[in-house]
Amino acid sequence: MKPLLNSLPETVFTTKVDDLLNWGRASSQWYMLFGLACCAIELMQTGGPRADLDRFGAVPRATPRQSDLMIVAGTLTYKMAKRTKLLYDQMPDPKYVISMGSCSNCGGLFQLAYSVCKGVDKIVPVDVYVPGCPPRPEALTEGLLRIQDKMMRERWLVKPARPEANGAEA
Amino acid sequence: MEVKENYQQLEKQFPGKVGDFKGDVPEPYCSVSPESIVEVSRFLRDDAKLKFEVLSDLTALDWPKEEKIQVVYHLYSYSNKSQIVLKVDLPRENPKVSTLEGVWKVANWFEREVFDLFGVIFTGHSDLRRIMLPEDWVGHPLRKDYVEEEEYDGISTQRAPLVEKLLR
Repeated sequence: MKPLLNSLPETVFTTKVDDLLNWGRASSQWYMLFGLACCAIELMQTGGPRADLDRFGAVPRATPRQSDLMIVAGTLTYKMAKRTKLLYDQMPDPKYVISMGSCSNCGGLFQLAYSVCKGVDKIVPVDVYVPGCPPRPEALTEGLLRIQDKMMRERWLVKPARPEANGAEA
Repeated sequence: MEVKENYQQLEKQFPGKVGDFKGDVPEPYCSVSPESIVEVSRFLRDDAKLKFEVLSDLTALDWPKEEKIQVVYHLYSYSNKSQIVLKVDLPRENPKVSTLEGVWKVANWFEREVFDLFGVIFTGHSDLRRIMLPEDWVGHPLRKDYVEEEEYDGISTQRAPLVEKLLR
């Protein structure tokens, strides 16, 4: 993250509007509490003092309406999948999704079960997949940093359309 | 052992309705005819000596080759620290047995679960609907011949298998 261009050293900082906006957004990603299974324990651990997501400005929110980021942590059943779609739709744009762990990536260990959705990307578009079963806090932190990178590359004057979830809408 | 005595007493009390005692397994069981399950359970609960206060589990087994569904009742007596297992054989085509809700209230949720996953109809049940799967689910997934739908509510259930070797 380098939004500032130091053109006149120690006197004036200059930057681009896009970069400043992105820097602000990337440094305050509020993620929705969305623990579904054992990955939620690692998610809590990542929010805790050792891995400390707070230092990147990422704090948990209890409502989708105040969140920028959804971390889908755990096994997604079809019953929950419908709720996930609803929660995603309630989040304000711009919004991002991290799929955390094997289960939400592809169904994981339970992908042959009748009740488990074969990946959260069947429901909502996913920005970053974090592999692991469950991923360590370091891995999730890395995922968050990748989201930051993605945010820093975005341009607001010419905004590209977001991709739709595959299979969700034609 | 005391367990065997319990079964013998049961067989004496209900001749022709209780039978097939099998004692050489970790949890000995006997079968009960579907019509008399309520009667037998009420006796087991109310008898001054047996005192089976708790229905600790109620589940089912699917036997496609024998064309039957077996409902299994695990009863426990806290007073005597003893357990008894009853099994009821039902036809696979139309599995129907009367509810035990009137004997042990907890049977309500157990029976809803068995209805949800096996499709056993418990006649006389006060609220027989799915308990775990969504209400618009099709089929009863713990039956051996259950085939997964291609999509559920617009969500595709298909994904290229990553563990092809493990697939049967």
